[in-house]
Amino acid sequence: MIPAPFTYKRASSVDEAVDLVARDGEDAKFLAGGHSLLPLMKLRLAVPQTLVDIGRLGELSYIRDEGDHIAVGAATTHGELASSGLLGRDLPLLAHAAGQVGDPQVRHCGTIGGSLAHADPAADLPAVVLALDATLVARGPAGSREIAAADFFRGLFETALEPGELLTEIRIGKPAAPGWAFQKFTKRAIDWAIVGVAVQGGRVALVNMDQTPVRAVAVESALADGAAPAEAAAHAAAGTSPSEDLNATRAYREHLARVLVRRALEAAQAAG
Amino acid sequence: MSILGTRVVRTEDPLLLTVGGTYVDDLRVPELAGAARVTFVRSPVAHALITGIDVAAAREAPGVVAVLTVADIDDLPPPPPAPEGEPPPGSEAAPLPMGGPWAEPLLAVDRVRFVGEPVAMVLTDDTYAGEDAAELVSVDYEPLPAVVDLDAAVGGETLLFPAAGTNVAVTAGGPADGSAFDGCDVVVERTIVNQRLAPVSMEGRATAASWADGKLTVWVSTQNAQISRFIFAGAFGLDPAAIRVVAPDVGGAFGAKIGADRDAILVAWAAKHTGRAVRWVETRSENLVGMTHGRAQRQHIKIGGTRDGRILAYRNEVIQDTGAYPRMSGFLPFLTGLMASGPYDIGHVETANRVVVTNTTPISAYRGAGRPEATAAVERAVDLFAAEIGMDPAEVRRINLVPPDKFPYSSGGGAVYDSGEYVKALDQVLTAAGYEELRAEQARRRERGDPLQLGIGLASYVEITAADAAGGETAKVMVHDDGTATVYTGSSAHGQGHHTAWAMLVQGELGIPMERVTVLHGDTDLVPLGTGTYASRSLQLGGTAVHLAAVDVKEQARAVAADLLEASAPDLELDTERGVWQVRGDPASSRTWAEVAAHAGPDGLAADANFTDGQPTFPFGTHLAVVELDTETGKVALIRHVTVDDAGTVLNPLLAEGQRHGGIAQGAAQALLEEMVYDADGNPVTGTLVDYAIVTAAELPSFELLSSETPATSNPLGAKGIGEAGTIGATPAVQNAVVDAVSHLGIRHLDMPATPARVWAAINEATARTATREGQ
Repeated sequence: MIPAPFTYKRASSVDEAVDLVARDGEDAKFLAGGHSLLPLMKLRLAVPQTLVDIGRLGELSYIRDEGDHIAVGAATTHGELASSGLLGRDLPLLAHAAGQVGDPQVRHCGTIGGSLAHADPAADLPAVVLALDATLVARGPAGSREIAAADFFRGLFETALEPGELLTEIRIGKPAAPGWAFQKFTKRAIDWAIVGVAVQGGRVALVNMDQTPVRAVAVESALADGAAPAEAAAHAAAGTSPSEDLNATRAYREHLARVLVRRALEAAQAAG
Repeated sequence: MSILGTRVVRTEDPLLLTVGGTYVDDLRVPELAGAARVTFVRSPVAHALITGIDVAAAREAPGVVAVLTVADIDDLPPPPPAPEGEPPPGSEAAPLPMGGPWAEPLLAVDRVRFVGEPVAMVLTDDTYAGEDAAELVSVDYEPLPAVVDLDAAVGGETLLFPAAGTNVAVTAGGPADGSAFDGCDVVVERTIVNQRLAPVSMEGRATAASWADGKLTVWVSTQNAQISRFIFAGAFGLDPAAIRVVAPDVGGAFGAKIGADRDAILVAWAAKHTGRAVRWVETRSENLVGMTHGRAQRQHIKIGGTRDGRILAYRNEVIQDTGAYPRMSGFLPFLTGLMASGPYDIGHVETANRVVVTNTTPISAYRGAGRPEATAAVERAVDLFAAEIGMDPAEVRRINLVPPDKFPYSSGGGAVYDSGEYVKALDQVLTAAGYEELRAEQARRRERGDPLQLGIGLASYVEITAADAAGGETAKVMVHDDGTATVYTGSSAHGQGHHTAWAMLVQGELGIPMERVTVLHGDTDLVPLGTGTYASRSLQLGGTAVHLAAVDVKEQARAVAADLLEASAPDLELDTERGVWQVRGDPASSRTWAEVAAHAGPDGLAADANFTDGQPTFPFGTHLAVVELDTETGKVALIRHVTVDDAGTVLNPLLAEGQRHGGIAQGAAQALLEEMVYDADGNPVTGTLVDYAIVTAAELPSFELLSSETPATSNPLGAKGIGEAGTIGATPAVQNAVVDAVSHLGIRHLDMPATPARVWAAINEATARTATREGQ
């Protein structure tokens, strides 16, 4: 519960943050809300030499209507997403799901960028940005680039970000396809999802059903072929490879995925 | 109107809820200035021989004051020899740690027996350096097979204590009477598990110590400062007079901070050994493996009776997992046996138990300490019996509860219940809950195949509080010449509200307003003798002691006031509303407490009391839980919880309800969420609070607490204990509700915790069974 020694630097701008991390190489990590990284450091499962704090950079904290899309700064907290009137109106899936992350303390510290860059398959927002087909913006020493959410999650805690690259913005096209729902199955309100489902229109993404958040492709194509929710949901576990842990066997996770996808599709239908 | 029995808001809270109390780690006393920080090196393996410990690198690390291993413990007296007549392994229970071959060392000697066992100590100038240096201590472990499973422990292929020749530390109780169940129409038996729990007190363990001028001072987060002093005295061969123990604010304990454990003794020893003040506060990771766990029983229950609902015989055979060291010996299963038959009038009751060691964290008291295990077993048994004969579980309880005219009642388990209105408590709960309507709603949901099924669970209980009533409790009450009063109590506050309660007792008896009463506890220089807080004993013993001391002071004051007013003592009266003495019927003659105390002479007004009760008390009640169970996912939500918890005369309903709230939450948590899990190698799987699922407010409904007061007959306050009623009653009520929600599927039992995965698996299996039957 006591981290190894590290150096702490607070960046005053995104440019400076990227510079600082570039200087220290692989031993440096960006620190935003700290709700994923710090627990790992306390257990000494992560031992970065340098932390570059970007958590208080105003230039990374915003929710803006850009006409054809909504832009969200990476250091925007879950709490800010959940209470945003703009998101509540135009992207209720994101606002609602952000309001389900952890508990109020977590939501007031944890950030969307941190959650996505950490790429825990049990986290909520990675699946949400998949269902929203979002575009992620990263900035590195060589400048900025866009990465489709579908290309972003590469493996367990692994993303398309290059060493030294900082996730800066999440862009979500609007208007969102009609009909949305978010189902999160937990033992307790504060827990990570045992299984979760995010639905926006015809896109369905799953939490904790594989090494990364995944789209339920078989469900989506069944829907495209006109299947009813219950029918489409029967394919929810197809192609997934969920892990086994204290909370669930693989069979149980597959079963939960089918139940939750059906409920989510029914709710989305009702909402649409 | 007397303040007693009223809802006085806790006087402790403004401090605890704002700037905070002073816990061990907050202490900034001069004796601890510059104290070194202790970091324990703990075993990462469950069972191994230690073949070498290399501390050289750690000793060289920056900021290191000392690195200590068992080789450094050369200044302690040998542990006392096993006393004459100590039970040899495998005999009757003894409620103390066992010596001889089962002795628990301070630092591991040549073998480790659980993950988390202390192997070495690193003293550093600050905590961070300690964690880094601890990583440099190199311990060579030669792994041994881990004993985790209870059958493997009994089998004894691998022994934790080879010199003992067995893993069974205690065997108690008789063999089954073959004819006991002969007269029964119906007999049901089943093996059930009362799972291992971690106490997770908000403040973990913490100790600080200094050794100066031949005097040892230890600040420790404990339930019993005075008992701790004798433990330290014994461990160090010191005169107790040379030791001061202080329990500052204590952030919860639940039984796991009774006395002082080996970690605390080691911290105190390190201060004495090195001459430098030291302090230690455990991390949550340490807490989950280093603080004792609770429960951990496997029970074989057998119940029999007639088809019309009369229970005739019951047997509960317990295997108590005691973890790596039998710290409590056979005490926990002894209590389980004592309370085995619960509130039921059962003609034939049998109990037996074995206490086995395993390569896991040692087991000790945890909120209820053996009694919740008894209640959980018999309440499951009653429901199994009710299901077997097809009778409503409420009706089976009503038929078998001890009727009011049978008190005092000698139970089949061996206890003598003092007083109770068991059927009344059951009926009160059934009425308030709307039992008939709940059953009707359950029937409607079953009828329409609602995925959200309703489960209704009952638990009627009787428990034993102040089981060691003969041990008593101390108090001293002083009234000073400024009209204020001070109470010294041997009882130990750690969240219960002692300060509020004791001040209320003084105001009630003496009329000195609460805000002018100071309550002091937990410092052996101020209160050398006392017992402390556990077993729901505080109010009935410690509170009574305060009451008796106050009565004594009052009589002293009467004589002094008589002298002051030149009246005869019998003519004087104390107006407790105004807090003044006066000649009866003559308010003009009134004298304040300040005036009376000032007139009292050099000895002032002071009285000591040590109240020992001739017998324990037996609180009782009924809990009713309503759950909604999602049959598609297996998730259970507790939606209502209705209880009667009769703990005799209630001093402060707010405090009593607080105890019930916390206990119900912990009971529901055991039923639904909590379990300390080990893998086959003895590694804790639930070693963080991500995996060890304590309950939160979001999982709980508002509790419906009914009031009922049947005064205790053995103490002047009429009080029984309330601290553990919640875990005792709520756990089986919620568990029974879960089983009830799926009973129509043919499910008769589900072990705790009823996690979604476990419930879903049971539903799946039951559905498959039905499908197979229908297919045939």
